[in-house]
Amino acid sequence: MKPADKKRVLREMLFARRFEERCYEAYVERKIGGFLHLYPGQEACAQGVMEAARPGHDYVITGYRDHIHAIKCGADPKAVMAELYGKETGSSKGRGGSMHIFDVEHHMMGGYALVGGPFPLAAGIAKGLKMKGSDAISICFLGDAANNQGTFHETMNMAKLWNLPVLFVCENNLYGIGTRIDRSTAVIEQYKRVSGYGIPAAQVDGQDVEIVYDAAKIAVDHVRSGKGPYFLELMTYRYRGHSMSDSNAYRGKDEERMWSKRDPIIILRDRLIEAGAITLDDYKAMDTEILDQIENDIIKFAEQSPEPVVAELEKYVLAENDPYVRPQTNRGAH
Amino acid sequence: MAIIMYWEALQRAHDEELARDPLVIVMGEDVGVAGGTYKATKGLYDKYGPERIMDTPISENGFTGLGIGASFIGVRPIIELMSVNFAWLAMDQIFNSAAKVRYMSGGQLTAPVVIRSPGGTAHQLGAQHSARMEKVFMGVAGLRVVTPSNARQAYGLLKSAVRCDDPVFIYEHELMYNMKGEVPDGEYFHPLEGSEIARAGRDITLFGYNISVHWCLQAAEFLATHHGIDCEVVDLFSLSPLDRAGIKASVSKTHRALIAEEAEAAVGVGSEVMAIINEECFFELDAAPVRVSAKNVPIPYNHTLEKAAVPSSKDIVHAVLKMFGKS
Repeated sequence: MKPADKKRVLREMLFARRFEERCYEAYVERKIGGFLHLYPGQEACAQGVMEAARPGHDYVITGYRDHIHAIKCGADPKAVMAELYGKETGSSKGRGGSMHIFDVEHHMMGGYALVGGPFPLAAGIAKGLKMKGSDAISICFLGDAANNQGTFHETMNMAKLWNLPVLFVCENNLYGIGTRIDRSTAVIEQYKRVSGYGIPAAQVDGQDVEIVYDAAKIAVDHVRSGKGPYFLELMTYRYRGHSMSDSNAYRGKDEERMWSKRDPIIILRDRLIEAGAITLDDYKAMDTEILDQIENDIIKFAEQSPEPVVAELEKYVLAENDPYVRPQTNRGAH
Repeated sequence: MAIIMYWEALQRAHDEELARDPLVIVMGEDVGVAGGTYKATKGLYDKYGPERIMDTPISENGFTGLGIGASFIGVRPIIELMSVNFAWLAMDQIFNSAAKVRYMSGGQLTAPVVIRSPGGTAHQLGAQHSARMEKVFMGVAGLRVVTPSNARQAYGLLKSAVRCDDPVFIYEHELMYNMKGEVPDGEYFHPLEGSEIARAGRDITLFGYNISVHWCLQAAEFLATHHGIDCEVVDLFSLSPLDRAGIKASVSKTHRALIAEEAEAAVGVGSEVMAIINEECFFELDAAPVRVSAKNVPIPYNHTLEKAAVPSSKDIVHAVLKMFGKS
């Protein structure tokens, strides 16, 4: 990672943290409904990979913990927050919600709520890119627990068989909902599971954004050069529960404390301070600026945006006025 | 107007669409080198190559999802599921991804895939190869379901389905691939919505779709010849959405209705058509509508039991005669 980028990367990760924390508050205030899966603790994963990729050009697809991935693609955080508020100005016009953030213009192909569902979709996008001769790649971010779905195995097989330009990023946060990985999964180290499909893989520390970036650079270059799929496992931790309805009763405080010492933002911050690139005051000012932006720009936009109108409830179910649908009256045939 | 077999009509539609648009692809088990289980993709592998005529592993949910993902960026996959029984395995991707993506993205993404699959009771294929699943698909918002009853529809519906921006499920039948029928010589796009009058009549409407249209037509001939009952046969080639206007128009003319379906009665095409009749033209009825459906059993292997499990034209004749007080 270039030294000049590091300060921006720190700022973006801090923004991701504050954005998600503000979502938590809005949820408690009942401004956000439904299920809400937050990203604090895992920021270096999306950040490091997207630094190595080409945001807005490469295609990204993920699961339900998707707000930050969308923003990393180039989605407007205002539209993401408005989506969480269920507003017409939201990225999916209020029809999707937290788990279904899309921004197709920036090649964010969506968040999907069925664990493991995006695997084959990602491979399909890669198939399309290959057919079109594009130099873009498909990037699929999912958690470790998704690898216990059949779609994981079916997709790894096809991705390698057809040599598709797809990067699978496994954000291994050690828990599938509330079940620890060693209680659900026979082989704990996820990168080993793709060796049966002949897919090259690596496992690195997902809390250090520079390490993530370096590993992602190798992965992205591999895929973009036409060598086929790659699997990158990032060891990480989510501070919040699986979703807001999660009591966190399944894990100990010691474990949480241990991981909080490996906070991705603090790791980079301290490194930059040590290198003399920033001061602690610079960091605090950055934080204040971000909090202001979230409150005065993003939350305000979401609060003040209009609700969708009920008259448009049935819009977007099917294509409108598709010429091949043309309802015919049943007179006159034969 | 050429007379060709149903499978030939499908093959021709595939071929024309593949030739027209380099982003049209075909995916499925044995669709390539083997030429398709029911020959619908015969010769296409040699003509278009393995990148476009893709023999898939036996991973229905996986390759269906892969086709859906490709459709997100402009590819037009025609996915063949070798048997509709295998579609159960692909339900997650069909329902959760293809059918919902337009809505949950606020109209940003569409999944213009075509999924073709034969179902129904054929020749002693047993419980896990004889399912009829149309009723499952037709209850899902965001998915179109069509079912061709003849070669012309098979050709024209596939042509339209490939070009339509919605996901379309085409429900075929294992017993119908060798059925001959007229297909226009030039390009023909069958509308994806509506219904057709397969036989005009005055006394009662027999609603059928796919293979049951043929049972209805046979029953109608018999009833006209032997009992002087003039049946109208309406072909519900679009199961989702159903043609409310067409159902209403026919029942308002004949004042009686029978629905023939190969599937079990519960939560099926018949119950849906009856509901539409109730909602649209209840006071036009001279008699309560009747369903002729399969027995509520997994399809048995034994030939005699298998025949007894699914309806036939005779069952339709008996039901009509009973309605007219003639049995």
